[in-house]
Amino acid sequence: MQFMLLFSRQGKLRLQKWYVPLSDKEKKKITRELVQTVLARKPKMCSFLEWRDLKIVYKRYASLYFCCAIEDQDNELITLEIIHRYVELLDKYFGSVCELDIIFNFEKAYFILDEFLLGGEAQETSKKNVLKAIEQADLLQEVRHNYFL
Amino acid sequence: MALKIVKGSIDRMFDKNLQDLVRGIRNHKEDEAKYISTCIDEIKQELKQDNIAVKANAVCKLTYLQMLGYDVSWAAFNIVEVMSSSKFTYKRIGYLAASQCFHEGTDVIMLTTNQIRKDLSSPNQYDTGVALTGLSCFVTPDLARDLANDIMTLMSHTKPFIRKKAVLIMYKVFLKYPESLRPAFPRLKEKLEDPDPGVQSAAVNVICELARRNPKNYLSLAPLFFKLMTSSTNNWVLIKIIKLFGALTPLEPRLGKKLIEPLTNLIHRFLSSVIAVLISLSSGMPNHSASIQLCVQKLRILIEDSDQNLKYLGLLAMSKILKTHPKSVQSHKDLILQCLDDKDESIRLRALDLLYGMVSKKNLMEIVKKLMVHVDKAEGTTYRDELLTKIIDICSQSNYQYITNFEWYISILVELTRLEGTRHGHLIASQMLDVAIRVKAIRGFAVLQMATLLDNAHMLTGNTQRNGICEVLYAAAWICGEFSDHLEDPLQTLEAMLRPKVATLPGHIQAVYIQNAAKLFATVLRAQEGVPDSQKAQETSQLLIDRLPLFVQSANLEVQERASCVLQLVKYIQKLQQKEVAVAEEVSALFAGELNPVAPKAQKKVPIPEGLDLDAWINEPPSESESEDEKPRAVFSQEEPRHTRPRHTEVDEKELARRREARKQEQANNPFYIKASPSSQKVYPEVPGVEHIPVVQIDLSVPLKVPGMPMSDQYLKMEEERRQKEKEEKKKKEKKKKKEKRGRGRKHESGPESEEDITPAHTVDIVTEEMPENALPSDDDDKDPNDPHKALDIDLDKLVQLLVLLFPHYFAEMWWKKKHFPCSVLLMLLYLRALLSVQVYDIQGNLQDGSQVVVSVIFENKSTSFLKSMEFNVLDSLNSKLQRPDGAGPHDGLSVPFQLPPGVSNEARFVFSVQSIVMPQKLKGTLTFIVKSEESSTHEKLDFKLHFTCTSYLITTPCYSDAYAKLLESGDLKSSSVRLEGVSMSFHHLLARICFHHHFSVVERIDSCASLYSRSIQGHHVCLLVKTADQTVSIDAKCDEPSLLGNVLDEIKQTFSMC
Repeated sequence: MQFMLLFSRQGKLRLQKWYVPLSDKEKKKITRELVQTVLARKPKMCSFLEWRDLKIVYKRYASLYFCCAIEDQDNELITLEIIHRYVELLDKYFGSVCELDIIFNFEKAYFILDEFLLGGEAQETSKKNVLKAIEQADLLQEVRHNYFL
Repeated sequence: MALKIVKGSIDRMFDKNLQDLVRGIRNHKEDEAKYISTCIDEIKQELKQDNIAVKANAVCKLTYLQMLGYDVSWAAFNIVEVMSSSKFTYKRIGYLAASQCFHEGTDVIMLTTNQIRKDLSSPNQYDTGVALTGLSCFVTPDLARDLANDIMTLMSHTKPFIRKKAVLIMYKVFLKYPESLRPAFPRLKEKLEDPDPGVQSAAVNVICELARRNPKNYLSLAPLFFKLMTSSTNNWVLIKIIKLFGALTPLEPRLGKKLIEPLTNLIHRFLSSVIAVLISLSSGMPNHSASIQLCVQKLRILIEDSDQNLKYLGLLAMSKILKTHPKSVQSHKDLILQCLDDKDESIRLRALDLLYGMVSKKNLMEIVKKLMVHVDKAEGTTYRDELLTKIIDICSQSNYQYITNFEWYISILVELTRLEGTRHGHLIASQMLDVAIRVKAIRGFAVLQMATLLDNAHMLTGNTQRNGICEVLYAAAWICGEFSDHLEDPLQTLEAMLRPKVATLPGHIQAVYIQNAAKLFATVLRAQEGVPDSQKAQETSQLLIDRLPLFVQSANLEVQERASCVLQLVKYIQKLQQKEVAVAEEVSALFAGELNPVAPKAQKKVPIPEGLDLDAWINEPPSESESEDEKPRAVFSQEEPRHTRPRHTEVDEKELARRREARKQEQANNPFYIKASPSSQKVYPEVPGVEHIPVVQIDLSVPLKVPGMPMSDQYLKMEEERRQKEKEEKKKKEKKKKKEKRGRGRKHESGPESEEDITPAHTVDIVTEEMPENALPSDDDDKDPNDPHKALDIDLDKLVQLLVLLFPHYFAEMWWKKKHFPCSVLLMLLYLRALLSVQVYDIQGNLQDGSQVVVSVIFENKSTSFLKSMEFNVLDSLNSKLQRPDGAGPHDGLSVPFQLPPGVSNEARFVFSVQSIVMPQKLKGTLTFIVKSEESSTHEKLDFKLHFTCTSYLITTPCYSDAYAKLLESGDLKSSSVRLEGVSMSFHHLLARICFHHHFSVVERIDSCASLYSRSIQGHHVCLLVKTADQTVSIDAKCDEPSLLGNVLDEIKQTFSMC
């Protein structure tokens, strides 16, 4: 996977994760272009797009679009599955997640993503393990926090 | 210190945290930019403080701003500071910020190396984890190099949490620093069998990704993956493994068969892997038509599904199968056409791709009509352009194989010009030119259409951007000018070409306009001079004189130059006209002669004039290469060029490529040159004398215009009617039809449907492109010379020839005697020969030891693959034995001490011990070797025969005439003689041949009589007296061993019978 973007129906970026190092300018350009194309598509259309030499796989959950860019040989369905798994994880972590959760706890959303994907590859396929790792890290954070404060 | 901390935390209470920032941004919707700039100022203040908590908070906010698109690169150093905090809370934020903001160009990355190393070896697994996660996003080649070792250690960490991260990040490290792959690979392989499923799946992931780039190196892991596939229950891992097998199966055909069973099991289990399976199947197992058939059927179900995603994936998989099994996909045409109507562009594009492969003569018009409807409906220009190129691709594929009615095609092209804003004007133009030039029968029609286009040029000129639709005017002008005889009203077209509006067209089009206006002028003059009213002709000249000055002033040099030339010419003509001199003939002579299309391969086919050696050096090459050239070739003179050639041709290739490039440049600017169509690689129908095939005129009894219908539709209708009529006729005159069919000029490829039923609307001869005279009409140059299968593509006669060529007189005998050698065996042999040739280059007796013979064998690798582990073995006979090293059994082979890269030859020597030398001997042998190509490595076997002739036991030994006389007088020699009839070579030649091939030396020569001598390795004397008269050669021979002599004479006879 090359990158993952989360954006709202209004085209506001909510989360971005790049697994290929690109300059900020390039990132911005790609984001703008993709957000436009994806938003222009109607709800009944399929989740796949060919864009430049990449394949874009996107899915809409409530008001949020989850959008991944994969290479030509990658499997589209597994990417959809990854998106879905990520949403499930967010849901479990926040307890029926909504857009605001991600906006206000965006660093947490990143931490979850980082536990789930690493370098663009699925790292842990077990939901339980991911959440366990996050909870423990959070715990550590809290303990130290309180200790030093 | 304590005070400071307290003070810091009090400060923090007044700071904005991330939540406040987000809320603030949401509350300042109107002046967001202003609000954020004040926030950034605050953050800058916060970053200046010593308190790390404040800094971390600031960095966290910056990360959010970065996502919104604000530049935060100025804070890179602060991010590093936060990263190096000892507290996990801050470290986590620091690494997150780094992974979001850093990229390869960030210079502070250099500063992080030691910090990251420290974190990697931290006792706290979460510190390590966070460092690994961050690193995966911003790893640079330097970091990869410096940290590869640390990460490798982590791969064996006690905690699976770290192990799986370390394994995954290794992939990124390999990409940045490939040298690390080799040392890390064993450990990576180990992780495939890690007890933790997470680590295992990570390892599978990494290896699958690696294998995709270079599958060959991972073939050895296939058994392990096979085990994983049958045992694993993790779908994610399974899909990856199946994908890996998809990459491996083309390399190892046996794998495909093994996979079928587990894969079919999987198909029943879940859907997503069905796609993966299908895709790997379609690329992996070319011969499994039953399973392919099944796949296509399953895919049809997917495509018919209401779920758009499945539909898309079904089409995608279909197009992969189309590449290898076009026939099985073609039957689903209806479905694909349906998909064209889909609302979703992704799906339409996929369907378009598929259409290309499924057209036939029967359905082409129908499909294109559908596409044309879509062109009209399409909203986005990208999709419309895509449609346009597809239409042209579909029609022009395989040298217009599927077009039965070119009038229809021209009308389609003309209709396409009405598209607004397309970028493919150039493509349409080149198609128009190509068709008009190569299909003679269509010229009249094409010219009329082009004239209309020129007349309505104002419709097209709106878009003057490069490659815009106005490019078609270039083609239109050229066609009208060149084939002006077909014009109905040349004067009107001439007028249209000289309208002032033309000056707004791009320069290269104007230039063509002017040149062709001149051609038209010539035509007009010719028509008008016949008429008594000379006023008309003068008016035409005046028209040009009036209009041309506009172009003389053009900024484009080409236009300017052509315009002034034509203008001067017309002025001169006008002067002559005023004197009432007839000029039309002379003017049209300026443009006389037909411009024929030039075949793309024409240059290659120009026969080389005699005496011109293209490979010869013009200047002597530097001396170092000379010695190589002069390698003596003792026995087979004809093989020499093969060894010296490649070096020359390589130079030639480069030169050719350069010239080709130059020529292309030239042609691109030359309006008279027809650029190769996209399908130019195809073989053109090279029927000699196509010109003589009668061109049937278009049957105009059917009205050309049907009101309210676009042109191309009429043709579709006409075509249908015509086919209907034909069918009826066919029923009536079944017999007559048969006869006709045989006589038809064009070749017909049998399509998926019964194509034979469709006759072209009017016989169209696609003009053969011009080839130089004397060019051989061969088409083998289409094939890749390196393709070993090419060798199979020849008839039996050639095959025998080739074998003889490969195995000069050792094998010759065998072929002549056994003419009924089964053909399949021949083919088998030849296939292997194509890979490797074994040439017995010399068999030399060993003088020191009367029972030893040294056989020199040349191994030449003719394939594109690497050959290795060659083993040479011979089935010993009682008389002759291969000398094997001590300790080797009598059936063991000898390994050839070298490997052969593609195209290389090398020589090996083998020693045989021979007991009796008086009889020729044949030994059967086998050479086993491994063919290693990029995709696979296979074991191959090549059988050969070694023929020990009696000649090979003879050794050229000089002898003085007195000793020779003494030898003959001694009387212990038995004599024998032989006569050769019809030998036309000179005596000198004849002697040289005997000496060379049979190891004799001339003792004495008087006129047409000579005495020769040779000695066998066991000391037998052989004396010959050769005489020649009237093409008859008589050889009287004496030897102390009569059977040896008889055999030597037989062999000499053989040598001469072969020439």
